[in-house]
Amino acid sequence: MTKVLILGATSPIARALALRFASDGARLYLAARDGDEVRRVAEDVSVRAGATALSGTFDASDFASHDEFIRHAAGQLGGLDGVVVCFGTLGDEDAAQTDPGAALATINQNFTGAVSLITLAARHLEQQLSGFIIVIGSVAGERGRARNYVYGSAKGALAIFAQGLRGRLAASGVHVMTVKLGTVDTRMTWGREGALLTIAPAKAADLIYAAYRRRAEVVYTPWFWRFIMGAIRLIPESRFKRLSF
Amino acid sequence: MTERSESSAMPKPRHALLTGWGRYPLSESDIYRPEKIAELHAVVTADATSLIARGAGRAYGDAALNDQNRVVDLTRLNRMLSFDADTGILRCEAGVTIAELIDVFLPRGFFPPVTPGTRFVTLGGSIAADVHGKNHHRDSSLASHVTSFDLMIASGEVLRCSREENAELFRATVGGMGLTGVILELELRMRRVESAYLDGELIRAGNIDAAIEAFERADAEWGYSVAWIDCASRMGALGRSVLNVGNFATLDRLPRNLAQNPLGTIPRLSPMVPFDLPGFALNRLTVKAFNAVYYALHRQTAAHTIFDYEGFFYPLDSIRNWNRIYGKRGFVQYQCVWPPDESRAGLVEVLEAISRSGRGSFLAVLKKFGAQDGLLSFPMPGYTLALDFPMTEGLLEFLDSIDAMVLKRGGRVYLAKDARLSAETFRAMYPNLAKWQAAKAAADPDNRFSSSLSRRLGMCPA
Repeated sequence: MTKVLILGATSPIARALALRFASDGARLYLAARDGDEVRRVAEDVSVRAGATALSGTFDASDFASHDEFIRHAAGQLGGLDGVVVCFGTLGDEDAAQTDPGAALATINQNFTGAVSLITLAARHLEQQLSGFIIVIGSVAGERGRARNYVYGSAKGALAIFAQGLRGRLAASGVHVMTVKLGTVDTRMTWGREGALLTIAPAKAADLIYAAYRRRAEVVYTPWFWRFIMGAIRLIPESRFKRLSF
Repeated sequence: MTERSESSAMPKPRHALLTGWGRYPLSESDIYRPEKIAELHAVVTADATSLIARGAGRAYGDAALNDQNRVVDLTRLNRMLSFDADTGILRCEAGVTIAELIDVFLPRGFFPPVTPGTRFVTLGGSIAADVHGKNHHRDSSLASHVTSFDLMIASGEVLRCSREENAELFRATVGGMGLTGVILELELRMRRVESAYLDGELIRAGNIDAAIEAFERADAEWGYSVAWIDCASRMGALGRSVLNVGNFATLDRLPRNLAQNPLGTIPRLSPMVPFDLPGFALNRLTVKAFNAVYYALHRQTAAHTIFDYEGFFYPLDSIRNWNRIYGKRGFVQYQCVWPPDESRAGLVEVLEAISRSGRGSFLAVLKKFGAQDGLLSFPMPGYTLALDFPMTEGLLEFLDSIDAMVLKRGGRVYLAKDARLSAETFRAMYPNLAKWQAAKAAADPDNRFSSSLSRRLGMCPA
């Protein structure tokens, strides 16, 4: 039985992904900041999949607690075969532009917290010479945009971190997958103008799960974002900086 | 570093145009869609402007609209919390739909105890509208199988309501059209079934008397019954119908090929109506032709049939966006009920009026009801007739004249389908309104929960 830790499990995408794993017989530990919410998600996955999912809380920015947390989760699961990193937040982009505290909070929630937790989990997996790490990134990490560059820089850094980790763990047989997610119909995009090409969370989870099953390494979700971002990267900086999106 | 500001729990709204399933009327609102309980709490308590909860948006008229005010969409709060296979009791959040219940529990031998004619409704909406199904004569409404629910009232406080605890608020919320608060989670008793099939009959009835007689006979034997009724028929054939009756098939009643996998059904392709049909697509002649062909297809007076649950319960769900067949102008559903001793006369009167007016109803449904207990519940013992009319000139005046006929015989109109009833007629049709208003005022003294429907009907006097 695959033992999987899902971090940031209360997001709609993580919730749908948890159900895919559980329906395939995985044993899950779902973790998020809000204890009552993550318990509800775990109950939901348990009822729908007909197998108990465990749950607990963690705080991405409380680095000192991470070692103990990973040990605890692995202990509860009776081992650890995979980690899915789904947490992250757009944060308050307006505040992040002028307030270093807000900017750093966004970086910690999306990048440094993930680095700390992934590094600890990777130790487990490296020792047992198997397992996987799925990192949910964002196409916002492909190029800095005036509107959300703090979030974007954290997601971009996370993708580079995952890329290097993939190289280091290749010899150990640990699979590291980076997901570059386009716009998904969640709280993050609700009410935003022009959220075109948006897909449902369940659809995103299906695509991510299918990519995991075929051991993809870097995957744009859905696929067409590879071409959209390819085109966006080609826009000269002098022109890009004047674009308002 | 770990502190969370109040503003982070407050989700952003989407400002958009909104309609019910009938696509009439149109409204404009700030729509919130919380993904966590704390976000819902923030929306409910944020300010004193009017708010109404919305589920899947399958009420036909303006029940889940709140023009120029706030709407909170509950579809993301749809977590199943526990299920006991010994008792069949499910605890879940109110955004769970009937379709989800079937997907998760039918393979385990459980079915929703009551289902309306579409499975794409939420349980919260089903309680608020006190929805009924084809088994109402025997099993009452869906809410009758709800043992308790948690209601978030205007103060943000969450109250557990059942027939014992906060009993008056329970009775005011069942059928209360979302005006007492937001239903968060509930406990529902699922029905055990042996198969995904129904064992039943199609019974042809040549006129309204034959249809009523067939219902009276069928209802003792069959748990589920409903009739399609031809509104275009006249004279001696007035009210000719095809009754569809059934019970969940036990294993011994299934043919061998189905008995091998009794709880599985073959997934079907669901066609869509890809665009709005032009206004003339449904007219007097096409409706008449459709109804004549449908009736003629059921030649035998009674034919034993095995139905799969989808075809039996949800014939229209198989065509997604079927509401588009009426075109952009939309349509109005009209469902009314008469007490038992007035049912026959009421049916004849209304069917004759429709026939005379030449306003064909494409889909007309006849059903016998049993008892009901919510303060504003629509069902009452007697016969109910459901009709739909394309939105055309003179329709609203015509339906006003039907209201008068229904009211005169002690009948009433279903609010979940309504978009046009007058406040005066509504008050006369719902005798428990004052009791309901008292319970509503106790839970929501500042009238924070209101909707386009509640304002139109003057349900909550300021």
